[in-house]
Amino acid sequence: MDFMVFQYPMITVQACLDGVLLGILFALIAYGMALQWGVMNIINIAQGDLVILGGYIAYFMYLYGIHPAWGVIVAPVIMYFLGVLIYKLVINKVVDRDLFISILATFGISILFMQLMNFAFGADVVLANSDYGTTMLFNNNVVLPNSKLFSAFISILFAICLVIYMKKSKLGRAIRATAQNARAAKILGVDTEKVYAATFGINAALCGVAGALISITFTIHPYMGLPYTIRSFMIVIVAGLGNLPGVAMSGMGLGVFEEFADYILGTEFRIGSVFLLLVLILVYRRFKLSRKREYLK
Amino acid sequence: MRLNKIILSFVSALVILFSTSVASFAKVVGDKIILGAAISLTGKYSSNGVHTQNGYNMAVDRINSMGGVKVGGKTYKFDIIYYDDESNPKRAAQLAERLISQDGVEFMLGPYSSGLTKAIAPVTEKYGVPMVEANGASRSLFTKGYKYLFAVLAPANLYLDVAIDLAVEKNNGKPVTVAMAFEQDAFSQDVRLGVLDAIERTGSKKVIDDKLPKELNDMAATLVKVKQMKPDVLVVSGHTKGALTAIRQIAEMKVDVPMLAMTHCDAAKLSKQHGKNSQYALCASQWHKTLTYKDNFFKDGMTYAADFEKEFGYDPPYQSAESSAALLVFKDAFERANSFDQKKVRDALAATNMQTFYGNIKFAPGGQNVDKPMVLFQVMCDDSGKCENKVVAPTKWASAKLIHPVPKWSER
Repeated sequence: MDFMVFQYPMITVQACLDGVLLGILFALIAYGMALQWGVMNIINIAQGDLVILGGYIAYFMYLYGIHPAWGVIVAPVIMYFLGVLIYKLVINKVVDRDLFISILATFGISILFMQLMNFAFGADVVLANSDYGTTMLFNNNVVLPNSKLFSAFISILFAICLVIYMKKSKLGRAIRATAQNARAAKILGVDTEKVYAATFGINAALCGVAGALISITFTIHPYMGLPYTIRSFMIVIVAGLGNLPGVAMSGMGLGVFEEFADYILGTEFRIGSVFLLLVLILVYRRFKLSRKREYLK
Repeated sequence: MRLNKIILSFVSALVILFSTSVASFAKVVGDKIILGAAISLTGKYSSNGVHTQNGYNMAVDRINSMGGVKVGGKTYKFDIIYYDDESNPKRAAQLAERLISQDGVEFMLGPYSSGLTKAIAPVTEKYGVPMVEANGASRSLFTKGYKYLFAVLAPANLYLDVAIDLAVEKNNGKPVTVAMAFEQDAFSQDVRLGVLDAIERTGSKKVIDDKLPKELNDMAATLVKVKQMKPDVLVVSGHTKGALTAIRQIAEMKVDVPMLAMTHCDAAKLSKQHGKNSQYALCASQWHKTLTYKDNFFKDGMTYAADFEKEFGYDPPYQSAESSAALLVFKDAFERANSFDQKKVRDALAATNMQTFYGNIKFAPGGQNVDKPMVLFQVMCDDSGKCENKVVAPTKWASAKLIHPVPKWSER
C-alpha cells in the first residue's frame, strides 16, 4: 500500500485527469457493447479484438505516411462494413438463440481475429506517432499528453453524433424500437434483420474509432484485445443497458478507479482491481435485487 | 464401395508416407546430423521465433558449406527438424517429446523465450538429450541442476545490474536512487533480482518498485511517481511493449531522469519507431555487431551482420546472433567428443571453452554461459534524426562515450 497519491495534491489531480481521459475512451467502446447487447441481446467477446483491428488500420495509414489521426475517419468506415459482414456470416445465425451460444460464437470470432491479426501483421508491438506534444498545467506539475486530450475529444464527438443519430434518423428510431420489442417492431414493418446488421456495423465502427485512438495514445498488439472487452463489459454491467449518461459516468469512474488502484495498490493490481470491482458490483446488485423481492413478498 | 477404396488408398498412402519419414528422421543418417527444434513461428513470440530460426539456418548453411562436422574421420552435415510451438509452453513440451520419441532426434536446439525453454528442459533432461539453447535467460533455468541444458547467453539477472554500477561510477562512486518498473514474468523478474543485488552491493536505494501487468500499455502512474521522486536511474523491463510504452510516455510526459536503462530495445526497434524520442536510452544487450570477438566461420560481428542482412534483408538482432552461436557450440562439441554418444557429447559440451563472433563461451555447472558479459548500448541520434545504437559499456568494448546525465526535455 502506498498513499503517495494523497500526499501530493498534484498527483491526485494528475491521477483524476488521467483516469477521466482514459475512462472516456473506455466509455466509447462500452457504448458500442451496450447498444449491441440491448438491441440484439448479444455479448460480444470479440469487442476488444475489433478495437485492436481498428488500431491496425490507423497504424498502417501512419506507416504509409498518412497522419494516424485520419484513422478515426477511415477505420470506422472499414470496420462498419466488416461488422456487417461478420453479422451476415455468423451473428445472424445466433442472434435469436440463447446468450450462451452468442458468447461462444463471439469468443470464437475473437480467437480467429487474434490469430489472423498475428498472422497478417506480425506479433510485434506497434504504435502510431501523432507528434501532438504535451500540455503542461499547474506550473508544469500536471502533464497531459495532447494525444490523450485528442482521444477524449474525438470520443465525446462520436458519442454526441451517435446520440443525435439515434434520436433523429429513421434507422436510429428503428434500432430503438427493435431494442424495446423486436417482435412488435417487426409487426409494425421494421426490417429487424437490417437493424441487427446495422447495429453490429455501428458497434464495429465505434470499436474502429477507439482502436485508432488507442494506437495514437498507447500501443497495440494482436493479443491485447481482451482487457478492453472486460472493461467495456464491466462498464455496461454498472451502467445498465441503454443508459448513455450512465455508460459515460461509469466509464470515467472506472478510469479514475483504475488510476487510483494503480497508485495505491501498485500497478500489478490494476487489472485485478477491475475484476474485483466487477465481482463486488455483481454481488451488490444481487443483494439489492433480493431485498426488493422480499419487500414484494 | 468405391468410396471405401479411395479412403483405404488414402490411408495407406499416409501410412507409407509416415513410415518413410520416420525412418529418415533418425539422429544421424548417412552424412547428416539431425537436430530438433520447437520454434515459435506463430503466436505472440513469432517475430523473435523467426529471428531464432534465421540464426539457426544461417549457421547450418555456413558450417555445412565450410566443411561440415568431422567425427571419427568422416564429414557430417547439420540438418534441423523444426516444429511450430505456437508460442505455447504446453505445445512446446509435447513437440519436444515428439521430436525425441517419434522422430528419434538425439540432440536439440532451444526454443525462443525463457518460458518455453523451461517447458522443454524437463523433457530433454528425462531422455538425456543434450540441448544447446540460445534464448532462455531466466535464472531459474540454471538452478534446477539440469545436466543436459547449455545456454550460450548470459542469465537474466546480469542484464541491467551493469547500469546500476555505471550510474554509481558516474556519481563518483556514491550510492544512487533507483526507480524500477518490471513486468511480472519470469524473465523480467529475474532482471529485477539482478538489479536488486546491484542496489544492495553499491549501497544504493530503491525509491519505486512497480510491477507492470502483462497487458501493459500504460505506465503513466509509474512515471508520475518518477517525476515526483526524481531518482538517479529509471530501470524498465517489460519486453518489447515495455520499452515502447516507456519511451512514448516518457517523451509525452517530459519525464527528466539522468539515466534510463531498459531491455529489449533491439527487438522493439526503438529508434525506428520513436526516432529522436528514444535518444539517450540505455539498452542491455547480449550482443552487438561492433564487438570484436572472432571465429573462423563468421569472422566477426560486422561480417556476420552484413552476411545476415544479405540473406534475410534486415540487421540481425542479438536473438539471431546467439542462435547462430548455438550451432557453433554443437559443432565444436561433436568434434571434441569425436562420437555421437549422447553422454560423451554432453561431457564435451560441459567442457566447452571457445570464442565465437558472438562472444566467449564457457559453461558453469548450471549450464549458463559465464564467460560473456552483457553490453549496454545507448541510442544516439544525429541532427538529421538518424539514430544508431552505440556500445558504451563495458569500457573494453565501448565504441562511444556514455552521455550522462541525459539532457532535460526543456533543453532538447
